[in-house]
Amino acid sequence: MNTLDLARTQFGITTLFHFIFVPMSIGLTAWVALCETLYVRTGNELYLRMTRFWGKFMLISVAIGVVTGIVQEFQFGMNWSLYSRYVGDIFGAPLAMEGLMAFFLESTFIGLWLFGWGRLSPRVHLACAWLVAFGTALSAYFILAANSWMQHPVGYTINHATGHAQLTNIFSVLLNSTVLLAFPHTVFAAYTTAGMLVLGISAWSLIRGRHTDLFSRSARLVLPITCAVAIITATVGDGQARLMDKQQPMKMAAAEALYTTTKGASFSIFAVAPFSHHPKRLNTDIRIPHLLSLIGTLSWNGTVKGINQVNAAEQKKYGPGDYTPIVGVTYWSFRLMIGAGMLMILITLVGLGLMRRRGRLERSRRFLQVAIVGIFLPILANWTGWIFTEMGRQPWIVYGLLRTNDGRSPLVSTTEVILSLTGYIVVYVILIAVGVRLFLKEIRNGPQDPQEPVPPGGAAVARPDLALAY
Amino acid sequence: MSSSPDFLQTLWFLLIGVLWVGYFILEGFDFGVGILLRVVGRSQAEKRAVIHTIGPVWDGNEVWLITAGGATFAAFPGWYASLFSGFYLALFLILVALIIRGVSFEFWGKDDSPRWRATWEWTASIGSFLAALLWGVGWADIVHGVPLNAQHNVTTSIFGLLHPYALLGGLVTLSLFTAHGAIFLTLRTRDELVDRARGIARRVAPVSVALLAIFLIWTTANQAGGVKASATIVALLAVLSAAGAVLGVMREQDGRAFGFSAGAIALLFVSLFCGLFPDALPSTTSHAFNLTLVAASSSHYTLTVMTVVAVVFVPIVLAYTAWTYWVFRFRIGASDFAGTGTPTPIAVLADKLGGGSDPTGPATGSAPSGVV
Ligand code: HDD
Ligand code: HEM
Ligand code: HEM
Repeated sequence: MNTLDLARTQFGITTLFHFIFVPMSIGLTAWVALCETLYVRTGNELYLRMTRFWGKFMLISVAIGVVTGIVQEFQFGMNWSLYSRYVGDIFGAPLAMEGLMAFFLESTFIGLWLFGWGRLSPRVHLACAWLVAFGTALSAYFILAANSWMQHPVGYTINHATGHAQLTNIFSVLLNSTVLLAFPHTVFAAYTTAGMLVLGISAWSLIRGRHTDLFSRSARLVLPITCAVAIITATVGDGQARLMDKQQPMKMAAAEALYTTTKGASFSIFAVAPFSHHPKRLNTDIRIPHLLSLIGTLSWNGTVKGINQVNAAEQKKYGPGDYTPIVGVTYWSFRLMIGAGMLMILITLVGLGLMRRRGRLERSRRFLQVAIVGIFLPILANWTGWIFTEMGRQPWIVYGLLRTNDGRSPLVSTTEVILSLTGYIVVYVILIAVGVRLFLKEIRNGPQDPQEPVPPGGAAVARPDLALAY
Repeated sequence: MSSSPDFLQTLWFLLIGVLWVGYFILEGFDFGVGILLRVVGRSQAEKRAVIHTIGPVWDGNEVWLITAGGATFAAFPGWYASLFSGFYLALFLILVALIIRGVSFEFWGKDDSPRWRATWEWTASIGSFLAALLWGVGWADIVHGVPLNAQHNVTTSIFGLLHPYALLGGLVTLSLFTAHGAIFLTLRTRDELVDRARGIARRVAPVSVALLAIFLIWTTANQAGGVKASATIVALLAVLSAAGAVLGVMREQDGRAFGFSAGAIALLFVSLFCGLFPDALPSTTSHAFNLTLVAASSSHYTLTVMTVVAVVFVPIVLAYTAWTYWVFRFRIGASDFAGTGTPTPIAVLADKLGGGSDPTGPATGSAPSGVV
């Protein structure tokens, strides 16, 4: 591996790690705010216990999301300094806005929420919960606007004196057609992630017959929501595929392993080829006729461009070179994401069916077991989604403008990257081990007993307001 | 290329300076509290009280850094690129330090076993210590200058950054932040905790004044292109302010001491920023290779956009940050955590007399005077 590959590996690993917790945080903050809203509105203590039980998972997730996010903020400068100089004029603005508008909001109000039980009036406390949820989603918007500019650069010109990209219209960047779809897709994917987590943890406890009141209510509340957001995620994703066909035809062709331009193209469900950067043949290929044309162009006999043709076109435009990503990766990451999405929709639909008869949901062992495994499906979909988006863009770091190889830090040595990569892996593995251990502990401990005093007003425990805090 | 920055570039240099100053004042005391966690807090309940003094705010404090990073990227991409790639391993160490101390506070209370607690106390202290030290080293390197080539890329490894001047800079921030944290604890705690914190502040604050004075004299002597009056005057004020903090500590005027130690941190960095202007990163290889603010800056349009955003949002952020500090202004003592430790009779008495914080609302808590 050369320095570039190491730097890419480091970026991929640290970002994917960040992105285990990011969707959980975005989703759980909204879920906790919802539970607290129900409590404030109904006064039902069950919702208060739900708020506090799910709040613990939210806090662990946010803690790890925050500390891994700090690395992200500085990585561009560390390993991608040429890239940073090239795009800073455009890319820095959304990043700075994210800090100023979203991160301050998030981290200040989560402190108020956590330590403010009993200090703030119930309504103000509830408002803090919603502000945190809003802040996480807002931060997603800005970072996705920045990322979307790399997929589909808009609102810029090239400054001939410096050779760098220069911002000409901030609104084009913030309202890029790419981010207008990537944002709902990612945020609804995050809600799906938290929904499946809540469902899975509830299922685990229902199987063991513990605190059934709380977990039954949680499962019944979260199921319809999760089903709806998963379907929305898939629908938006379908729109993204069509947009991508226009903006990054190579990525679409590579996602389908479609080598030659075809009219009425069929959709491949399962294909095996020699694993090389650019395999010349497919060993097995099961296809559904016309489906790809239907997805990509919304017409039965629409034309879908093939890898070879797009490559030739790009060579004409950008000069000689290979403009294809690793087809095996794009093909399979795309399918795994969609497959996981479909499975989640199926699981939640079955759950909704079971819910219609009293007590069926809680007694159906088979379903509950599947729901536990279901916790991992959104994580898989999130990961493969990003791997597809980012690796499908290769060899470009900014599509059509800057190659990944031209974005690296020229003087950062291989030794330095090996040291930092090793360091991050060690720290992150420890973080995830501790995170998982704490999750399991909270699941095993379960929610508080109803007898225990709860805020506000409880007086037996010295500081009931601190029950959640450290 | 002209090397005198225009209005917007100067404004953004100032704003980034403000963000760093804000970061060091705020995170400065929570670094200090982290470093002193095991020194000031002896029992579990005491340690818990100590962590609680920064619990609601440390994350918000860290966002000052994140925003400083983002603002540097947006306003001076060339600076962001040269600095972070050039200080690669140093910055990596800082990031690891920030990670381990950040999770420590969250993880600490999630399990009762003594080993678990001790582990996260140590990571909190070591992480805070490393970060407090390395920020000083890094900033000393920036004002001192580093070997830069014509493309403004740093040509040295981490060892080239660890010369005596930079190490002294590290000791300065380490001692200042430790004293600042101890003084913060005198404001936010009760009982034995206050006494212990004050004892530490008495010992550390004078050391920080001495180190600060030596460092700033050295900085002034180093200044390329003649001594800058502005930087020198501010440096003098920084030392005076640090001395004021010592005086405040000795006289047990905690609020005043805190104000002065915050002032010393602020003035130290203002003086460094004055010395740096109009460069972003001087080159020790050749003056021709200095990275100037003009060369590092983004376009006029981007700076204008960012200015509009800052004008609207900075006041909002300041308002809710101030409100948070107001909500959490009460003193905290071990007796607030009776669930985890037995309160001493004195603490209980103090509570009864209204000296403690009351879980049922701010109205009955006693706010110490002079808390920011
Ligand atoms: C789709 C959403 C999303 C994406 C793509 C990313 N993040 Fe993230 N990030 C969040 C959504 C988020 C969040 C949900 O807002 C987090 C996680 C937990 C939290 O509290 O905030 C967060 C935390 C977080 C923090 C800490 C903030 C704090 O202290 O409150 C930083 C500095 C970053 N991120 C920066 C980045 C960068 C530079 C990314 C690009 C590679 C990135 N994130 C990808
Ligand atoms: C603003 C947001 C983002 C930016 C600027 C960005 C930029 C980059 C850069 C510079 C690289 C390294 C070069 C390369 O190999 O392509 C990369 C790779 C990668 N990124 Fe992103 N990325 C962003 C968001 C994300 C997110 C949120 C994820 C998901 C967790 C992600 C996943 C990946 C992965 C998996 C790689 C490795 C791809 C490879 O090795 O080829 N990215 N991205
Ligand atoms: C089921 C149907 C789905 C379809 C058709 C679909 C489609 C897509 C497409 C086309 C992209 C690439 C966008 C680009 O590169 O410009 C993408 C990215 C992504 N997908 Fe999906 N997706 C689906 C389900 C899911 C699910 C269920 C999740 C997670 C729970 C998910 C998470 C992601 C993420 C995190 C990205 C990267 C961010 C982005 O570019 O929006 N997807 N998806």
